Amino acid sequence: MPANAFNGFTEYGVGIGLRVPHYRHILAKKPVVDWFEIISENFMVDGGRPLEVLDSILEQYRVVQHGVAIYFGSADKFDREHLKRLKRLVKHTNTPWLSDHLCWGSVDGRYTHDLLPMPYTFAVARHTAEKIRAARDYLEVPICVENVSSYAEYHASQMTEWEFLSEVVELADCGILLDVNNIYVSSQNHNFDPYAYLNNVPHHRVGQIHIAGHSKFEKYILDTHDHPVLDPVWKMYAHAIKLVGNTATLLEWDDRIPSFDEVHNEALKANKFREQQLAASTA
Amino acid sequence: MKRLKPTNSGSNSSPQVPREVNSRAQLRDLQRAMASALFRPLTSQWGMQKRWTDGGSMEAVAAEFIKPNDRLSSFERLEIYNRQYWFRTLDCLYDDYPGLRAIVGERRFMKLATAYLSRYPSNSYTLRDLGNRLEQFLSEEPQWSAPREQLALDMVRFEWAQVVAFDGPAKPPITPDDILDSPPSKLRLGLQPYLSLLELNFAVDDFLIAVKKRESDVLRGEASNAMEAAPKSAVRRKRVRLPKREKVYLGVHRHNNMLYYKRLDPEAFAILSLLGSGSTVEDACLEAVTARERTNIDWSAQIKDWFDAWSTLGWFCRRS
Ligand SMILES: [Fe+2]
Repeated sequence: MPANAFNGFTEYGVGIGLRVPHYRHILAKKPVVDWFEIISENFMVDGGRPLEVLDSILEQYRVVQHGVAIYFGSADKFDREHLKRLKRLVKHTNTPWLSDHLCWGSVDGRYTHDLLPMPYTFAVARHTAEKIRAARDYLEVPICVENVSSYAEYHASQMTEWEFLSEVVELADCGILLDVNNIYVSSQNHNFDPYAYLNNVPHHRVGQIHIAGHSKFEKYILDTHDHPVLDPVWKMYAHAIKLVGNTATLLEWDDRIPSFDEVHNEALKANKFREQQLAASTA
Repeated sequence: MKRLKPTNSGSNSSPQVPREVNSRAQLRDLQRAMASALFRPLTSQWGMQKRWTDGGSMEAVAAEFIKPNDRLSSFERLEIYNRQYWFRTLDCLYDDYPGLRAIVGERRFMKLATAYLSRYPSNSYTLRDLGNRLEQFLSEEPQWSAPREQLALDMVRFEWAQVVAFDGPAKPPITPDDILDSPPSKLRLGLQPYLSLLELNFAVDDFLIAVKKRESDVLRGEASNAMEAAPKSAVRRKRVRLPKREKVYLGVHRHNNMLYYKRLDPEAFAILSLLGSGSTVEDACLEAVTARERTNIDWSAQIKDWFDAWSTLGWFCRRS
């Protein structure tokens, strides 16, 4: 949705992820960018250059925090130190909302540094939703949870991924960061219709959209974020904004990162679909 | 609920693999089983091991909780995650510890890193901390760096000190005005948390600079037209000569958010170390200087110069 409770009632346009190889260009050239998404964990440090860069960015740009290690779906309790540092950063950036993934990644205090898929069951949905609520209450910021791309499914699952996502966000009363590329990747890996996914999540809860590139292998698709966005994903994006409206959109490019301009221009292609949507909705 | 083998959660026993996940306890069992599979080292062909921790078939264990699809077996789907875990963590150590890599060699580095992560899986949400127990590991299992155990240990301490100097905490520095009225016999100073003082047996600082230069030369060479005719494997990567044994004292720190390593005289190192462990300025200076062999030095002038330099660098702060 354009502005809703889950993105702090903001009307952000098309942004890109803030990445190290672009720091120098951004700080020197100050290009016009609607907003930057930062990886929270990169800035949850005590001092030094990362925080200096962040402060320069905050002076010029709107910033939204995206996390990769809260692990709402881990059976473990939250790492309190992690949440404490995250809250300090939330206060510092004044992020209007905060996102992280609907996944797990650590158990017994040992970390995989991966975004691992959940078993889609009602009990797990309740547990995950409780953790999201607890995090939101502690962090005092709206939360959007992102669907991850996956390569495996569990026998234990009792429902589809989109049913699980819907169940969790309804129970947690939180937002969705809808990653269109991840839906596409998973639909190919698990043989489901990606449009059934798009059509059947609570659209009013979508606070942000991710787009990205992926890599095709012989037997599966890997979510590599090292390519331009592929056509089927753009088509899905167009459909998504028809359903949810002109929602804040962000291009992720994390590996083999080309020049700033190349990444930004790729992201701005989203505007074509956004303008079509705007024209259709005002016609 | 079907279980392969009832066990506790100890890391050496086979984890339980639940087929149903209707409680948090079962979710934890599933996550323990999957994490155990991910943390197991890959085969020499970068594949998942064929045997589970109890010696049984990995294929059967994977089939217990992972669905196959029309293209991939349960084993192959789990293997994607097993590979991703190792590629990600080994890549991280590879990038963060070029000095250690140059000392033990690329192939042995991978074995060392695998053994390290098998014994000490990541205990932090951030990959920054991935090497936080490397020094401990190399002391406990010196066979991975033999016959260069000492050199490897020095290098790992040095490389970890750089991680700390890069983004470790800083306290407000003390200015000369702050301590004007404190007599040296009473004055105790803190050192910045991002500053590491290292007493080393090898000149790993010069060595690391040479290693990094060699790596960037190779990269530049590979990107240039001149090298295009030669395949990568044919490019001779000259090894940097290993450093000789010599006593080196270093302060690894940052200034204006840039990383530096500063060589220190033994007496300067001793003063700083004593200050760090709580001695007064007077005691630290006296103890550091009296036992030294160098006698033809105007110590009071020298010590004043050092304190001026250190306080300009912002190394002093209040003791916590
Ligand atoms: Fe994403």
